[in-house]
Amino acid sequence: MWFEHFERFFDSYYFWRLLKNTIILNAYNLILFPLPIIFALSLNELRNGPFKKWSQTLTYAPHFISVVVVVGMLVAFLDPNTGIINHLIRWLGMDPIPFLTSPDWFRHVYVWSGQWQSLGWGTIIYLAALAGVNPELHEAAKVDGASRFQRIMRINLPSIMPTIVILFILNIGNFMQIGFEKVLLMQNNLNSETSDIIQTFVYETGILEGQYSFAAAIGLFESAINIVLLITVNQIARKVSENSLW
Amino acid sequence: MARFTLSDRAFDRLNTIFVLLVTLIIIYPVIFVVSASISDPHAVNTGKMWLWPVDITFDGFIRVFKNKAIWVGYRNTILYTFVGVCIHLFLLLPAAYALSRKELMAKKFFLWVILFTMLFNGGLIPTYLVVKNLHMVNTMWAIVIPGVVGAWSILVARSFFQQTYQNQLVEASKIDGASDFYLFLRVVLPLSLPIIAVMALFHAVALWNQYFSALIYLSDENLYPLQLILRQILILNEVSADSAASIAGAAQSFADQVKTASLVKYAVIIVSALPLLIVYPFLQRFFVKGVLIGSVKE
Repeated sequence: MWFEHFERFFDSYYFWRLLKNTIILNAYNLILFPLPIIFALSLNELRNGPFKKWSQTLTYAPHFISVVVVVGMLVAFLDPNTGIINHLIRWLGMDPIPFLTSPDWFRHVYVWSGQWQSLGWGTIIYLAALAGVNPELHEAAKVDGASRFQRIMRINLPSIMPTIVILFILNIGNFMQIGFEKVLLMQNNLNSETSDIIQTFVYETGILEGQYSFAAAIGLFESAINIVLLITVNQIARKVSENSLW
Repeated sequence: MARFTLSDRAFDRLNTIFVLLVTLIIIYPVIFVVSASISDPHAVNTGKMWLWPVDITFDGFIRVFKNKAIWVGYRNTILYTFVGVCIHLFLLLPAAYALSRKELMAKKFFLWVILFTMLFNGGLIPTYLVVKNLHMVNTMWAIVIPGVVGAWSILVARSFFQQTYQNQLVEASKIDGASDFYLFLRVVLPLSLPIIAVMALFHAVALWNQYFSALIYLSDENLYPLQLILRQILILNEVSADSAASIAGAAQSFADQVKTASLVKYAVIIVSALPLLIVYPFLQRFFVKGVLIGSVKE
């Protein structure tokens, strides 16, 4: 009796679809975790000057655009008839792609538009960590004849490794619950095969249909997965690299 | 790595080109929206306009300014943001300051409780039920109160206080006979303007940009914040009737409506993001500072 709602959820035909979609979407996002690191390493190699400053200011900016506007821009840019992207695709001689109404494209659009928004902002912490790298290491490596690229890979990257590990753990901690508000905005009947995730399901059954207990149980299930993931990853990180949250 | 035998200068050039490319890709959609907002919608929809404005027109903005719903949304958003930020600071600063002082009783316990909310929460439905049972649904408070102070903000402000004061200042004032309240209001706060600005800015941006709590808690259109109006216009494609009706007496054809829709879309994005766009270049360093204080691990 106690676990009635959980059992109903686990036994339902949509359970595996929701779990699969949630995991794939978040894993896809997680795979792109190195991108801001690469961009930060690259920005760090620029000489201090207006170009560096401008590229930072411009790449940080999308972070402040609201999800509604981002999805609104996607709707406008990716429209099969009037969107600029499909004009480009037609110009290249291919058929227009209905990005926002196709289950095959949903994940790509979701994840890459997220990267567009967060890539620049994500470099801030890494840049600060890079500013703390001991310059003597670079001097010594130069004397030994190391190239720029070698010095980045052998000095800069290892120096910011603790920061990378901490941010990675924090990312895992949010594994199941990133960007639900954006998914909800991007979701429609045509792409629900891949865009139905646990949180949108909680919203539908709980808020829209009023099945509070059932939806709350599913939400709890998700929170529980999250905390288990966070603790596991933290333990692994502590063993492997001596960097951990606690 | 020995196969990368590019000379350092070649590396420098390639690296600059890489950063330039990334920057251009990131900024292109923004330029496109700005150009599209003042271009002829036909040119935009047929792909003729792809970078700079074509057949400049300010019709989109005129229609946005004539749209009553957008103005109501704008007013509501400003109100929610202002009230929200005030309550945020009122709760955040004393809490963070108290937690930064060594002599606070049961400090470990309080910190643990706050940290716990970062790791675990009841989720959407329990939060919704609490807000509903407190009769905050369909009021401004449903937008402002839940999430008014997050654990992250408290920890960031606390570590700022800890780094800045380290108790000497506090002890010096104590010897002078100042009470804790006097100390907090007259000594600590005036010296903490940078962190107050950072925290206020982050919270203001979050409130300005959020739509979800309005979506679930508000059903009265007169209370809708700007983001919900934007959602109707941009995503649900409901170009509100009154923007069409406001064009005095002109019977519109369907094609005209499509044109209006796309005109209004880009203009409304600009109008909604304008306050942020204007202040962002000047305040960027504050935002960066906020992230950095937050990342300091004790």
